Amino acid sequence: MSDALLSVEDLEVTFETDDGPLRAVSGASFSVDRGETLGIVGESGSGKSVANLTVLGLTRAPNTAISGRIMFDGRDLATLPAEELRRVRGNDIGMIFQDPLTSLHPFYKIGRQLAEAINAHRDVSDNEARERSIELLGLVGIPEPERRLSQYPHEFSGGMRQRVMIAMALINDPKLLIADEPTTALDVTIQAQILRLIAELQERLGMAVILITHDLGVIVQVVHRVNVMYAGRIVEAGTLDDIFYDPQHPYTWGLLGSLTRIDRARTSRLSQIRGQPPSLIAPPQGCHFRPRCPHAFDRCPETPPLEARSGSPGHLDRCWLEPEEKRVVRITSSGEIGLEAREGVRA
Amino acid sequence: MSLDGAGRLLEITDLVKHFPIKRGIIVDREVGRVRAVDGVSLSVAPGETLGLVGESGCGKSTLCRTVLQLIEPTSGSVRFEGQELVGRRGRELRPLRREMQMIFQDPYASLNPRKRVGQIVGAPLALHGASGRELRSQVQELLERVGLSSEHMNRFPHEFSGGQRQRIGIARALALQPKLIICDEPVSALDVSIQAQIINLLEDLQDEFDLTYVFVAHDLGVVRHVSDRIAVMYLGKIVELGPAEEVYANPIHPYTLTLLSAVPIPDPRENAVRKPIVLEGDLPSPANPPPACRFHTRCPYATEICSEIEPELVDYGGGHWAACHHPLHREHPEAIAAAVPHADAAPR
Repeated sequence: MSDALLSVEDLEVTFETDDGPLRAVSGASFSVDRGETLGIVGESGSGKSVANLTVLGLTRAPNTAISGRIMFDGRDLATLPAEELRRVRGNDIGMIFQDPLTSLHPFYKIGRQLAEAINAHRDVSDNEARERSIELLGLVGIPEPERRLSQYPHEFSGGMRQRVMIAMALINDPKLLIADEPTTALDVTIQAQILRLIAELQERLGMAVILITHDLGVIVQVVHRVNVMYAGRIVEAGTLDDIFYDPQHPYTWGLLGSLTRIDRARTSRLSQIRGQPPSLIAPPQGCHFRPRCPHAFDRCPETPPLEARSGSPGHLDRCWLEPEEKRVVRITSSGEIGLEAREGVRA
Repeated sequence: MSLDGAGRLLEITDLVKHFPIKRGIIVDREVGRVRAVDGVSLSVAPGETLGLVGESGCGKSTLCRTVLQLIEPTSGSVRFEGQELVGRRGRELRPLRREMQMIFQDPYASLNPRKRVGQIVGAPLALHGASGRELRSQVQELLERVGLSSEHMNRFPHEFSGGQRQRIGIARALALQPKLIICDEPVSALDVSIQAQIINLLEDLQDEFDLTYVFVAHDLGVVRHVSDRIAVMYLGKIVELGPAEEVYANPIHPYTLTLLSAVPIPDPRENAVRKPIVLEGDLPSPANPPPACRFHTRCPYATEICSEIEPELVDYGGGHWAACHHPLHREHPEAIAAAVPHADAAPR
């Protein structure tokens, strides 16, 4: 934690809607060190994207209330004027999104769009911008970068478009890259290529990366630490090994249990999480996962703080169960981690 | 050629679907053809689940739609319980439509936003003559069977989450008590925890109603979980076909292995020791597929013969077929072990 590049403290994001205030992010604190890759896992509506869009100032709007501190490289982005924030965005922090087709302008050639990203932050000649664009397209593994500069987005395949997006995000040498579901729209073979590319670039350029995804499999390949988000809160945070081999929060057990694996023979039934995620306009009192949790007990209507409980430093979770108890109840009948409550385990 | 005999419900022989590429304003000239499905033969036995996998653009969705005659095939034959479907139109197909239904990928686009759930689920019943109280009670029963409640009948699709919408789509597909349901990526638009709910539901329904599934997906983990047999498709052709456990543990075609090795294993330590084969480049265009073996341009094991002679589907025993000049299990068994650890482990 000593060398935090980005440190978000107590971030709250509330959208005013017709049905009442919607708390998309409630009290999220996380940090990313220089040169580190943090994975943020959660399902739709967990607040993982909103939290990171807020870091970039992209959720600022009249109907949005934001509180908390977003310290980036010594400055608080939460209170930074829009004009100054614009100088951070795309320069110190690069971002790539899920759908590379809608993130590129269909009418303009790739070269012009890349040059625009440079010119927004730097006063360079057309030639310099062109050189830099060619260099970056080469870096992300696009063959014949010079020829590709004068092509339109529709002439690129999905995987190649995502490479262009990565090139654009990296063009000003950012200190932090935020990748929001960068491979969800891609085929498995292309996903493998893109993940490998992100990991390679991260190492080569020494930047920090936040990888947002709903897929625990994607996390495994590239990240160092993981935050699990559920219904606007971080419910568990730890290293990759903490999360996969000693998960503390029942929601994490449910996520791990519902994964299908190519290296496992067919089991009779997948472990599932019953019910639906809660509405964020009227979330359940206390632990947000309580209504879906088979292990909930009388303490759960009180919100558990995000604390180190498992014994491993830096491994935090929001669950009232005792760690020893958790290690017993999370093992499902097949010997794997899952959410199913076993009869008679809880007194 | 017949693949896997005993009691076929669906038999597809040499099915071809080419889409013409046309140019010209006054006279339509055909300048090329997209060979979406290019000579596929498959059969599906009653009660089984056939998993169909491949990258986007390989023709798997076109194959499904051509089988159901939603798209007219260019040539070939599709027999359902021995009856030929190709060449039948409109009214002639209707009695058979009852038997074959489809569940779609996108639960947002596949439900009419202006109709109430009761009308959506009841539509196939109404088309086949049900009405009034009988229709209502059948719809209620269907909704309850898929895990919704009968009060949901009067609501609109936008009031439901993705998982619940997919349940509505499943109820609609079940309405006419079909024998065969083609599931085209039924869970890829859903969150992981909801995926598990829907997969469990589909499996329960299969047991209860003796359903046969063709299950299309690009997520190989899901396919392994649900399928008895797997067909792997590449650029309009089946390149490997066999019992699920066999295909996953001992893939014969290099394309199958590259697909498997691209799937991350959600276990950091096991994933770290794998040596995946990462495919370079993208899928070639199906309008201009490579000659002979279509995979030779991306295949790490390709030799001269692969660009000269097209490999035929060959039976390697136990219903495991593959079309490759260099069967992996004979020539590169070490690559299989390195890319998919635990593949040989006994079922746990």
